Amino acid sequence: MRQTEVCIIGGGPAGLTAALKAAGLGAEVTLIDRNDYLGGQLIKQTHRFFGSKEQRASERGINIARELAEAVEKEDKITVLTKAAALSYYKDGVVMVKQNERIIKIKPQKLIVATGGSEKNLMFPNNDLPGVYGAGAVQTLVNVYGVKPGRKVLMVGAGNIGVIVSYQLLQAGVDVVGIIEAAPKIGAYWVHASKVVRAGVPIYASHTIKRAWGEKEVAGATIMKLDEKWQPVPGTEKELDVDVICLSVGLSPLTELLWQAGCKMEFIPELGGHVPVRNEDLETSQPGIYIAGDAAGIEEASAAMMEGALAGLNAAEAMGYKVSDFKEQKEVVMKELNGLRSGPVGEKIRKGLAKAIS
Amino acid sequence: MLAQTGVPKLEDLAGVMPSEERLAQGPVAMAECFQNIPCDPCYHSCRRQAIQPFADINDRPQINHDNCNGCGICLSRCPGMAIFIIDQTYSENESLVKMPYEYLPLPLEKDSVVAVNRAGEAVGEAKVVKVQSNEKLEGTSIVWLAVPNELTMEVRHFKLKEVR
Repeated sequence: MRQTEVCIIGGGPAGLTAALKAAGLGAEVTLIDRNDYLGGQLIKQTHRFFGSKEQRASERGINIARELAEAVEKEDKITVLTKAAALSYYKDGVVMVKQNERIIKIKPQKLIVATGGSEKNLMFPNNDLPGVYGAGAVQTLVNVYGVKPGRKVLMVGAGNIGVIVSYQLLQAGVDVVGIIEAAPKIGAYWVHASKVVRAGVPIYASHTIKRAWGEKEVAGATIMKLDEKWQPVPGTEKELDVDVICLSVGLSPLTELLWQAGCKMEFIPELGGHVPVRNEDLETSQPGIYIAGDAAGIEEASAAMMEGALAGLNAAEAMGYKVSDFKEQKEVVMKELNGLRSGPVGEKIRKGLAKAIS
Repeated sequence: MLAQTGVPKLEDLAGVMPSEERLAQGPVAMAECFQNIPCDPCYHSCRRQAIQPFADINDRPQINHDNCNGCGICLSRCPGMAIFIIDQTYSENESLVKMPYEYLPLPLEKDSVVAVNRAGEAVGEAKVVKVQSNEKLEGTSIVWLAVPNELTMEVRHFKLKEVR
């Protein structure tokens, strides 16, 4: 059995910043990630980030991942376990981890769950044909392995992920035939949308996919218009010649470990599904278990980094590590986080959080 | 409408366009940013305080065009690739439009390219005057396009005529 002061599950933007902040206060940290690299989804984000100057706005996610991972590797107080999957959480506070076909038991004094999110699926006939991908898979193929998923893509979903992955497909030399969005408005930041539209990709709001075509793989798709009540309008069907259908229809928090730990959970659509109830310090109903990033509610990576910082600070402080500027550090993070969520595009998150914080 | 199509309308553009008088004086920035999103690098990047201070990170850039000399630093820092530099004094019949560009291959100087508008439609021809691409720009090149005067406010993208 390994003992550690703070165990962090997930080495994405939230987990990495949590580790750095907790170690910064003096805590001894074990950071585990199931991948063989740190950075999580950040390593695929080749575009410049929004946010404030303090949160590395204008930097590319891939570079932020590199910087954070390097800082974590350099920090003596942080032990990194990669290719290590957290399998389960037990009543006595033990985290079961599988690494290199071996089981490791970790007994932390504080646990930070920063497991991220998973992609939602969409039901339509033939959605099991090869050629129907999640946007995350397409991004991995294109940006990590340099492999084109196909020649002609229909993107389903005009949120930030759908529009950004469309842009990255264009950069990879793949034709994006169009982006459809069931909602009457584009969910992505409009500047992202404008960027792909001027590059020749039309966005169709109030449209859905009726079905995919093909015998052994995707050979086409039928899309159709939706009315104000989100009902398909007969006669508006349009056939598209595509060999890839990329689904970007939202994420759900990855919370299995939190369910296992007996954290009080609440279904909050604004945050992407079931999320743990938490206090202002990101501590769940189970004392000593903290959350950060998409596992706490689906948001942007910049918010995940701020939440990670907050969870790391609070977990270390609860361990008894004190620094003279703790209050200031926390206030800076809170201010940044509130700033990110304060505008009109943060309305959904604010609504969700109001229900999640007790 | 912008929220449905991603294409800004004339009334959207009217609110961010420099005045005729200012345009006649030389290079100036135009920020085609129409939504209050949490993002502020443009304001921090401006060395001439031409972009009004942000009271809130969700503010939109308000450019005092008289303080702007069209240096283009904000263009290279905008994560939304939404800032363009317009120079109507380039020549008698042509204006310069400087735009951020993140595709390969890069065009070559003196290339003739297809001028593309905000809706992705070909609207004419343009000539590549200069391509700025260096480490400091961190992967976002800046392409200077000479476009016919009447297309200055139309052209915001281009397509290579043939891929080499």
